[in-house]
Amino acid sequence: MKSFTPEIDYDNTVISIGDLYKSFGTNHVLRGVDLKLHKGENIVVLGRSGTGKSVLIKIIAGLLKPDAGTVNVLGEEVPQLGPIALRELRMKVGFCFQNGALYDSMTVGENLAFPLKRNEPNMKAEQRNKLVDIVLDAVGLSHTIDQMPAELSGGQRKRIGIGRTLILRPEIMLYDEPTAGLDPITCTEINNLINEVQRRFKTSSIIITHDLTCARATGDEIAVMKEGKFIKQGKFDEVFTDNDELIREFYDYNFTQ
Amino acid sequence: MESNDQPEKYVISKGVDAFFISVHDIFRFIARFFREVLRPPLEVKEFIRQCYMIGYKSLALITLTGFITGLVFTKQSRPSLAEFGATSWLPSLISIAVIRALAPLVTALICAGKVGSGIGAELASMKVTEQIDAMEVSAINPFKYLVVTRIMACTVCLPLLMAYTALVGMMGSYLDIHLNEQTSITAFFNKAFNDIAFLDLFASLTKALTYGFTIGVVSCYLGYNATQGTTGVGKAANVSVVVSMFLIFIEEIIIVQIVNSIR
Ligand SMILES: Nc1ncnc2c1ncn2[C@@H]1O[C@H](COP(=O)(O)OP(=O)(O)OP(=O)(O)O)[C@@H](O)[C@H]1O
Ligand SMILES: [Mg+2]
Repeated sequence: MKSFTPEIDYDNTVISIGDLYKSFGTNHVLRGVDLKLHKGENIVVLGRSGTGKSVLIKIIAGLLKPDAGTVNVLGEEVPQLGPIALRELRMKVGFCFQNGALYDSMTVGENLAFPLKRNEPNMKAEQRNKLVDIVLDAVGLSHTIDQMPAELSGGQRKRIGIGRTLILRPEIMLYDEPTAGLDPITCTEINNLINEVQRRFKTSSIIITHDLTCARATGDEIAVMKEGKFIKQGKFDEVFTDNDELIREFYDYNFTQ
Repeated sequence: MESNDQPEKYVISKGVDAFFISVHDIFRFIARFFREVLRPPLEVKEFIRQCYMIGYKSLALITLTGFITGLVFTKQSRPSLAEFGATSWLPSLISIAVIRALAPLVTALICAGKVGSGIGAELASMKVTEQIDAMEVSAINPFKYLVVTRIMACTVCLPLLMAYTALVGMMGSYLDIHLNEQTSITAFFNKAFNDIAFLDLFASLTKALTYGFTIGVVSCYLGYNATQGTTGVGKAANVSVVVSMFLIFIEEIIIVQIVNSIR
């Protein structure tokens, strides 16, 4: 559970997805997805592997084009944006990849500075370095600034990935399986980091995960996806009192071993 | 996951369709290169870094290969010319061979191997570890930053490397001729350049530019569009080399035909 009460503005919708469809050839991945994310809210998307969770957030970030449906992010219809408008929107939407996706030819510090250098070319080097320090401090890895990504552990890489996303001060964060493949203690650290980001930077987030501990710790709202649709949505306790087979399976897998 | 609701339809067959789709894709890729190459901001820093990686880092290999090519070619040609007592023609024979054919081809094949596989593997690993997507979502244009700079660097570096290969090859040849016929260096180069026409230099420059562009486009395309996780990386590197070399030979034939018809 969270140690603070997030300030959620339920009158202000930052992401609104309606009746979204996406297929790859004959593989119908998303089949009518509806979702609303309010300002300041963390929504956790749960679902088995291959149900299209990553495809969903890639569509939100404009990396993939949907076949049908609406994807409204911060008032913009994402699939219809031209390259320049899309780039502007992306400054406000942070995307954290499953394995961090750090640039492995650059040091940690350069990884963090890179988005700033490219997007704010007029920023002074001092100011940039200061921002890098602040963000590294926020993710708790100040000492790694001169290391190469290959020298970091999986958990550290994810935290740097989150830091690199934060450095552009996005309004929305999209996390793709932030805790997958990590030990329970590191998972807790990442969960705390996600909450800390929500509290400190006032972001709204979509968090994709298989991990119910993560879902319970970070989610203000849980949405369960099955076969390309959300079958259940609500607070953690509401969702998991349900006796649906998939939901039970999920619960048992995570908590009763 | 249920799939295969309806059978997939192909215009001709799966393989043939896929081939034409990739040809179409490559032309779109090239068109995008030309659209983005002159659009600011020009990625000067990254371009210079790539030139260093592609050009400077290939020098050692090129020096060795070029020198030995010149030397061995001279040694192999001498007996045939000696039969007619025409060893004094060696410098001009060698220079024609080196400048017209050997230097562009040797440089291109070495770069296809060294540079093509390097770019293919690098971009493919960035692709499969989502680094390219990561650039995209942090509002950076990865095509411009990664692809345009590499294609440009290949296109610019290949002619320079070719000129260098030609020079080193001639030095190799001179070494052998000097040891056997005691020709002086000025006499050697005087004779060597006597029979070189402007058209030869122009044709070789065209070849080098074409080969450089080809290596850049092929390896960037394959790397940038890599799939299938880590096996895709090896495949992109490997296919980059094979396809580049294949195209280089095709282009060689075409350019030689055109030049001979002008000559
Ligand atoms: N670029 C693509 N091209 C073709 N098929 C794709 C592509 N991306 C995803 N898919 C397919 O879409 C389906 C859903 O993939 P997705 O990555 O969204 O799953 P996921 O729910 O994120 O699973 P996981 O929890 O394992 O990450 C898979 O069957 C996958 O094969
Ligand atoms: Mg996924």
